[in-house]
Amino acid sequence: MNPPRNWLPYWLTAPGVLMALAFVALPLVITLSLSLYPFLPGGGVGDQMTIANFADVARDEYFHVIFARTFAMAILVTLLCILIGVPEAYVLSRLSARWRTVSIVIVLGPMLISVVVRTLGWAVLLGNEGVINKLLLGSGLVNEPVKMMFTFTGVVVALVHVLVPFMVLAVWASLQKLDATTEQAAQSLGAGLTTVMRRIVFPQVIPGVLSGGLIVFALAASAFATPSIIGGRRLKVVPTTIYDEFLGNLNWPLGAALAVVLVVIVLVVSMGMNRFVERRYKQVFQ
Amino acid sequence: MSFLELKGLSKHYGNVVAVAACDLSVAKGEFVCLLGPSGCGKTTTLQMVAGFVEPTGGGILLDGVDITNVKPDQRGLGIVFQSYALFPHMTVADNVAFGLEMRGVPSGERRKRVDATLELVHLGAMASRYPRELSGGQRQRVALARALAIQPPVLLLDEPMGALDAKLREEMQIELRALQHRVGVTTIMVTHDQAEAMTLADRVVLMNKGSIEQVGKPFEMYERPNGRFASTFLGKANVFETTRAQSGATVEVSGYRLPTGDAERIGELEYIVRPEKIEFAADASALVKGRVSARVFLGNHWLFQVDTPLGTMQLTHANTGLPQANEGDEVGLRWAPENARLVPRASAAGVA
Repeated sequence: MNPPRNWLPYWLTAPGVLMALAFVALPLVITLSLSLYPFLPGGGVGDQMTIANFADVARDEYFHVIFARTFAMAILVTLLCILIGVPEAYVLSRLSARWRTVSIVIVLGPMLISVVVRTLGWAVLLGNEGVINKLLLGSGLVNEPVKMMFTFTGVVVALVHVLVPFMVLAVWASLQKLDATTEQAAQSLGAGLTTVMRRIVFPQVIPGVLSGGLIVFALAASAFATPSIIGGRRLKVVPTTIYDEFLGNLNWPLGAALAVVLVVIVLVVSMGMNRFVERRYKQVFQ
Repeated sequence: MSFLELKGLSKHYGNVVAVAACDLSVAKGEFVCLLGPSGCGKTTTLQMVAGFVEPTGGGILLDGVDITNVKPDQRGLGIVFQSYALFPHMTVADNVAFGLEMRGVPSGERRKRVDATLELVHLGAMASRYPRELSGGQRQRVALARALAIQPPVLLLDEPMGALDAKLREEMQIELRALQHRVGVTTIMVTHDQAEAMTLADRVVLMNKGSIEQVGKPFEMYERPNGRFASTFLGKANVFETTRAQSGATVEVSGYRLPTGDAERIGELEYIVRPEKIEFAADASALVKGRVSARVFLGNHWLFQVDTPLGTMQLTHANTGLPQANEGDEVGLRWAPENARLVPRASAAGVA
């Protein structure tokens, strides 16, 4: 006879599971089903299932440009976050305990402030009448304001600022497991600082770089507030396009189809990246 | 001629003296052990030689060249760390090849030298494994091979046996000794294990509280410790305080006249007899009498604790298969004069 089944774990996880179902799974299913119905001009949704919305997304040059821009942006932001976040995490982990506490507050502090507020801050800095342009003009380095608002560069800069803490945290977690004497060992064998970083430290924190990279990539590809404030209508990305389809054109099915495509691409890229990196660096993942 | 020389090397952390003006010269090909309890400054000294800790004062000469301010990656010394510090993301062969790669050795010759070094430590078959796939002993050999592959002028070992179990440690000690003889590399090892130091070293540097207490060959140092610390850290000893103003063949301890081989020494002294130098004796020839308060069997020898008017004494006898004194027996004890040493009494309190 089997011992009586212990139901307690199921009861204890039930609230969480229900929450996830109600607020994550259900909206996704609804979005997916919405994307499979036709749009009736005037703002209604038809009742015949169709893949016309997906066909639109696949055929229309307009959407291709937006998707290409979105993922180029996400990849660039991810790379910049790696470039900035890994050395930052390394420096932080080597600070004395007191300075480390101060630095953590500085690094994570921005995360306590709403993304919208932080992005508006960037708007103040980047605008034609903004702080940076005033300084540049005042110092005589340029004759007319450098255009940064509503540009690709502007959005990338603001997104990197928003997302770099995620990279720092993830890499930091990996650095905790790093045996610092491996760096000394490499030094004793004749490796200089850059070689130690490139050949010894970086490969050992690959798991952190990967998880940080996946988080940053997914958040950058689906970021809404920053691209909509800095990029505006002139520099549309997929999330802002979805917003416009839903609330501007009232074309809910097309918006839903765009959302589904975005989710699928992010998932496929993340999983592919995960598989590739884990296989390539399998020794540091065990 | 000394090959590696430490001249008044010291390290202070604020007001704390980690290493106080340490002088030592090591000959080419010599195996020297820095021995001492934890916190005695032995590891700090090694780290200063390696270049990872900046000395507060003094200097380091390698083959006549001052390397005190040379960066660790320019010193070219081979180092084996306590944790081995193998690169987990590289194969055994890549670990060993790393130093050669840094020196720009072309890949063909590099492979040859890696193979040869791995053969040296009997790990030829493990070249393509990763560190995590190896046992503790194998990892230690990889660390050793990695340090030796660059053919360093000096090999530094920081408690290399610390992570091994007792049986493996003994095997590795013998192997390390043989390897060091074969390669002939000048070696400095840090350890807190006196048996390990005596097994491996040509010369032992005994350190305590940041200073060198005594330097000598293991046998000499064991037989002629220069103080209470040396006698009790390196092996066991029965130590009694005594004072005398005149030289002579005997010394008075708690009212007993005891013989000594150190006829010349006078002043505030300590009288030291090693446990294995004491034997049971018939009444007439006994120097002191007592009662066996404890008897412990340790396989190859017996350990006795005897309460005497001098205090509790420990003695050990080889297990020769003969019956031994029992607990509670009244026994006489005797030792040869040359086995009883007189050393100056340590002025500092609290020396163990």
